[in-house]
Amino acid sequence: MCTTCGCGPDEHHDHDHGEGHHHHHHEGESRPEAGTRIAVETDLLAKNRHFAEGNRQLFAARELFVLNLVSSPGSGKTTILERTLRDLAGEIRSAVIEGDQQTDNDARRIAAAGVPVQQINTGAGCHLDAHMVGHAVDHFDLTNLDLLFIENVGNLVCPASFDLGEHHKVVVLSVTEGEDKPLKYPQMFHAADVMLLNKVDLLPHVDFDVAKCREMARRVNPAITIFEVSSRSGEGMAAWYGWLRKNVKGEK
Amino acid sequence: MHELSLTQSIVDICLQHGEGKRVTVVVLEIGDLSGVVPDAVEFCFDACSRGTLLEGARLVIERIPARGVCHDCRAEFSLGTYFDPCPSCGGFSHAVISGEELRVKELEVE
Repeated sequence: MCTTCGCGPDEHHDHDHGEGHHHHHHEGESRPEAGTRIAVETDLLAKNRHFAEGNRQLFAARELFVLNLVSSPGSGKTTILERTLRDLAGEIRSAVIEGDQQTDNDARRIAAAGVPVQQINTGAGCHLDAHMVGHAVDHFDLTNLDLLFIENVGNLVCPASFDLGEHHKVVVLSVTEGEDKPLKYPQMFHAADVMLLNKVDLLPHVDFDVAKCREMARRVNPAITIFEVSSRSGEGMAAWYGWLRKNVKGEK
Repeated sequence: MHELSLTQSIVDICLQHGEGKRVTVVVLEIGDLSGVVPDAVEFCFDACSRGTLLEGARLVIERIPARGVCHDCRAEFSLGTYFDPCPSCGGFSHAVISGEELRVKELEVE
């Protein structure tokens, strides 16, 4: 059957899909009035928002604190998670959803930290959406969890538009990147509530102006909370853990 | 390239609202701060609409300029970016009141 107009294989039909579209109409077919306008007023993200709202209700019912980690590739999201999970093991019961286009490499790293993990491979997709997250969450025993990290696909653009039902977006920026990233990717830094400035152990070796970076982040988002951390040396991680503890407790 | 999945949503929304008729015109509202590139939407629309009742439909994109209201002095002003200072007091703390829209506004069907 022709998927364009629904006519069967034996029926004659022709489609001209070029400029000035013409369409064949079968005889006797009731033709709708030409040029009927239909008001739609529907948000493109409405469907995602609907799934995000479902996730949010589930998280609230299970008193689960949920963070959506976003950054460009290579900023150290997975390493921050590995260290955080190990350091808070036995204190906060965590799980992780890993989003990548391909491979389960990150999921294996997280599993090695002894934490339940679900990998989502988006294939060609450049971001996680709330529907994918809803299905991934099904695999966890939520009654025994306090904190869920969703590590988004490494991308400072697309994930900004997709609410996953999380409490906060946490954007990771490393000092090996440009300090002006908040201005270059303002939508993401505007959408995030927390910024982790990672790899500060490398500051002596790179030309990265921390004060300037903070000032630029605050221009895009005056309310953003900033932690300077190194997931390798552990520097600054205590303040981040303090923030996590306070918020996990706040959900109870 | 999240325009691809957004454009797929455009097609889905139009098919839902199109009463099973061939869609000839799709009017979209895209805010200047929505993070969406209209050219990319047009590019994706050809691919996403192929083989559907939207194939060959004309895409009309209405841009919505961004406006903010200052948290400090309550002035309302035109925003070029998320980090424009308030022209009245110079503050950076503001709420976006328009410019983040991503909507199918209306359709025209045969």
